[in-house]
Order: sequence, then structure tokens, then C-alpha cells
Amino acid sequence: MYAAIEAARHGAGRVLLLDRSLIGRGGATVMAQMTVAASVGPGDTPGFHLADTLAAGRGLCDEALSALLCEEGRDCILEMDAWKVGWARAGNGFAQVQAPGHDRPRCVYVDFLNTGPAVSRTLRAQVQRVGDAIRRVGELAVTDLVVQGGEVTGAVALDVARGGVVTIAAGATIIATGGLTRLYARNSASANMSGDGYALALRAGARLMDMEFVQFFPIGHLAPRLVGMDPIMWDPFRYKLGGRLLNAAGEEFTERWGGGVEAGGYTVTRDLATYAITKEVEAGRGSPHGGAWLSFSHLPAATLRAAFGPVIDKLAANGIDLTRDAVEVSPIAHYHMGGVRVDTRMRTGVPRLLAAGEAVGGANGANRLSGNAITEAFAFGRVAGREAARIAAAGAPRGFDAGSATALLSSSGPARNTAALVARLQAVMARDVGPFRTASGLARAASVLAELRAELGEAPPGAPGAAHDLARLDWLDLR
Amino acid sequence: MRARLLIQRGAPGEAPREEEFALEFEPGESVLDGLRRLRVEQDATLAFRYACLNANACKECMMLLDGRVIYACTARLEAREMRLAPLGNKALLRDLATEIAPPDERLG
Repeated sequence: MYAAIEAARHGAGRVLLLDRSLIGRGGATVMAQMTVAASVGPGDTPGFHLADTLAAGRGLCDEALSALLCEEGRDCILEMDAWKVGWARAGNGFAQVQAPGHDRPRCVYVDFLNTGPAVSRTLRAQVQRVGDAIRRVGELAVTDLVVQGGEVTGAVALDVARGGVVTIAAGATIIATGGLTRLYARNSASANMSGDGYALALRAGARLMDMEFVQFFPIGHLAPRLVGMDPIMWDPFRYKLGGRLLNAAGEEFTERWGGGVEAGGYTVTRDLATYAITKEVEAGRGSPHGGAWLSFSHLPAATLRAAFGPVIDKLAANGIDLTRDAVEVSPIAHYHMGGVRVDTRMRTGVPRLLAAGEAVGGANGANRLSGNAITEAFAFGRVAGREAARIAAAGAPRGFDAGSATALLSSSGPARNTAALVARLQAVMARDVGPFRTASGLARAASVLAELRAELGEAPPGAPGAAHDLARLDWLDLR
Repeated sequence: MRARLLIQRGAPGEAPREEEFALEFEPGESVLDGLRRLRVEQDATLAFRYACLNANACKECMMLLDGRVIYACTARLEAREMRLAPLGNKALLRDLATEIAPPDERLG
């Protein structure tokens, strides 16, 4: 949405904003619960933010992209404020929390559980304010980019709601499809985070980078079962209340694995906490379902209620009393640091093709700093929108011919349970391509992937043209 | 435990038919958990909407349970007959999926 707004502001008169979900309902932004990192506090600078980003990335960041995230991102946070997103205030400035890995309080938020929805709503209002220059179409799953004479001239898409095939000519195309965490059995993704954008980019001739770097959020909810709660819900609890991460013996353990002492705080970075929990489970000291305990039972009921009143009620409806019960948490696929390789203008190297947001690789190295994801989405979206407007204004492609790209969507294959194939993919990724990998595990995963590829066949199951055909959509994702 | 899901199926213009599925479940699982598992274990062609997974953030999984509007991600599976149908006040796409996109964000 930021890219569309910026493209329109830079003179693009016909911007098409496509989403395979309903606009603003799918994707990672709307699910973000809390923190957005930006150097907007007194005495803070993009340079300090950059130093923390590079350190969290373990020396493997594309530094030019990291710097862009910290600099352009800061401006975007201020612009979002002008657009009345409602960043929480403290005194004369923004309220900011200190997330693990930051040298100071640097994360703005709207409220403790609903930052993402507020961000999404604000951008959507701005998109609507732009008016006719931006046409919004939801439920359109782009399945291939059209490449003619070495440049991207548009795309082919499935109209999910009605089952039709759509072709789109474009002077510039931005891939802003998010990451790939739905490839894992346990993930904090929405249904559309299946790595579509990487496949589109790769097939169009762009390059991917750092694809091995998947971020596992260490304290994803594991047990008991909860309904209507995001699995990363314990993050805001830890910001506000600290809490204690414990093994089966009731001991704190992060220090044992190099994560430092938390002492009721929330300081250990995501990669080290994931490592500590995994090692503790391997050592036979995990919780019953194979994770760690997260306990707030040392806090008085009044403190819990003051911090999270309505959520305390939702937990009670799920049978959980935090003054009495610890919950089980374990690492869950959360974000992808790798992605499409771009320059600092978001150009992929394939003419007329750009990328933005989580789909871009490199800015966060091997481990993303808490709070950088939405900042990155803003910053890279804004840069990509500007660049796309410039490219489109410089001249349209000579013609548009989708050619054979629509053939796949019109084809009919034998019936197959593609949902079961997705589940098998997710299981093997969780078992063998998780946070810690071995050569033998990766080889085993590669052979399962080859089996799945063979079972998939050459055409999506069933006939084209059915409304909301999840079986065919799963097939296209698996491809 | 076992739920018996009676699910209304069909596309616009077809006579709606009710299909019965038996589904084993663990206490605490949501109706959405059940429907997603049903696609994996029994019938991948079943159509229903969801975007976020059980976070109650996307609000897409609205449907009728025993005639009342629910979010499938917050309603729990129960060891009984549970009748699921598409929203009655929205145009049907297929099975439990209805047209809920804002009119100016649809194709056409």
C-alpha cells in the first residue's frame, strides 16, 4: 500500500494494487501485534539503529539496504504519524519500548496488541484518499510474470473469487508478497505467505539471496490449545511484564546457552532464545509438548489485569489463569530474512521488476532485529513506489503478450489432495529445515521435495473456472 | 473426541447439498482447525475462507454454525452434530465461502 501511494504521488496515474487475499486482511502487517523500530526518540539517530540492526544480523546484512531501512524508515514512521496512525505518546514524544537487541527504547506502537491493524487501516485510508489513480483488486493470485525481450511487461493471475484467468499489462511491477513462513508446520503467517513472490521473481530471471535465513520466533504459543489468539501473543506480554522462561525443572536457562541472564526482563535476541529453547529440549529438560515454560505467576493478578485486562478475560475463556498457570512456548517460523536481491532503489536487475518489504532479502542479515519488519515494509515500499513511477513514466513496454503464461491456469489435471501435499511439505520443513539443520536432514528433505514434485504432476487438479478453488490454489502454491 | 460436521456445499445455481464428515479432534481445537484438517484428511475441495491462522485478525472465517454467525477460528469443535452453512446475507461463492470483498475491490 505504501508503494502504491508513493507511485501515485510521483505521477503514476494508473496504479493497480493487487492482493491475493482481501486487501489489508491477509499478509504480515495486519497480524503485527506491537513494535515498530525507528530512531525517533531524543538523542537517537538512524546510525544507532543501524548499528543494532547490523549486530543483530550477525555481520551478514547488506549494509546499504540496512541503512536505507533505518533512514527512510524513520521518515515513514513520521509520515505515518502525520497520517494519524496513532503512535502511543509519552510526555512530549512517542512512547517507545526497548526490544531485545536495541541499545535503547526505540520501538513505537499503537497499542500493545493492535499495532498491525492500525497500520493497515491507516495505509488503506491513504490509498483511498489518493483516489482514482489507485485501483484496488483483492482475491487475485498472481501466478506468473510475463517476460518479453528480457523485461517484465505484466502478469497473469487467477481470479480466486470466480476462478477466471486475468492478464495485466504493466510498465513497472513491484513484488510485495511477503515471505515464506507458511512452508512450516508451525508458523505465525497468514495463508498467503507461501513464498509466491520468490517463485515469481526466480522464474522471471531475478536472483534470490540468503534463502536459508528463516527467523524463528522463540516463544510461539505451543500449549494448551487456544482459540482466537495469535501464536506470537506472548511478545507484548514480555515487553510489558517480563515473565520467566523456564525449563521442565523450573530453572531459567538462557544463560546456559549464551543468551545472558534475563532476570525477569526481556533481553535475549530471537536467535539466541530459539537456540536456548531447542538445546534445553534436546537435553531432555523441555516442557511436556517439547518447548519451554513461560511463567508470569510471580506477578500479582492486579498487575496482569492492569496490563492486559481484555486479554486476561480471553485467556480465562480458554481456561488459563496466569497467576496460577505457566504456558508452553516454542520456536515458530515467523519471518524470512532472505529474499529477492535488489539494489537500494529496489530494482531486481530484471528491467521493470522491483521488489519491496519482506520479499526483499539482505537488509536483516541472518537475524532480524525486533521491530524492523514494518519499518522495512514502509521504507522499501516507498522507495519501490517512487522508482516504479519513474520507470513507468520513462516509457511503456513495446507491447504486451501474455503468450503461454495463461495456459497453466486453463489446464485441467487429475484430482489430487493438494492440501495433504501442503501438510507433508510443512511437516518435512519443520523436521529437517528448521532453525538447526544437518547435512543428512537436508538431504532427506530434498528427497521428500522431489517426491512431492513428482506427485504434483503438470497441471492443477480439477477443471478451471470454479469459485474459491483452494485445491487448485494449493497446487499453484506447491508448484 | 469426535464431531459430526454437517456442511452445506455447492455453487450458486446448484441445489445446496449437505455433506456429513466425522472428525476426530482434541479438546480446544477450533472449527477452523477442524475444517483445515478436514481438507488434509478427507476432502481438499471444500471451500471456506481464512487468511490469518486462528488469530481472529482477518475476520474472514465468518460462517453459520447451527444458524448463528460465528468466526470459525473462535468457535470450538464439540462432540456433537455441528451444522455449518455459508453466511445467508452474502452472495455465495462456493460451499462455505461467500463474497465479502468491498464492491470497489472486486474484479469487473
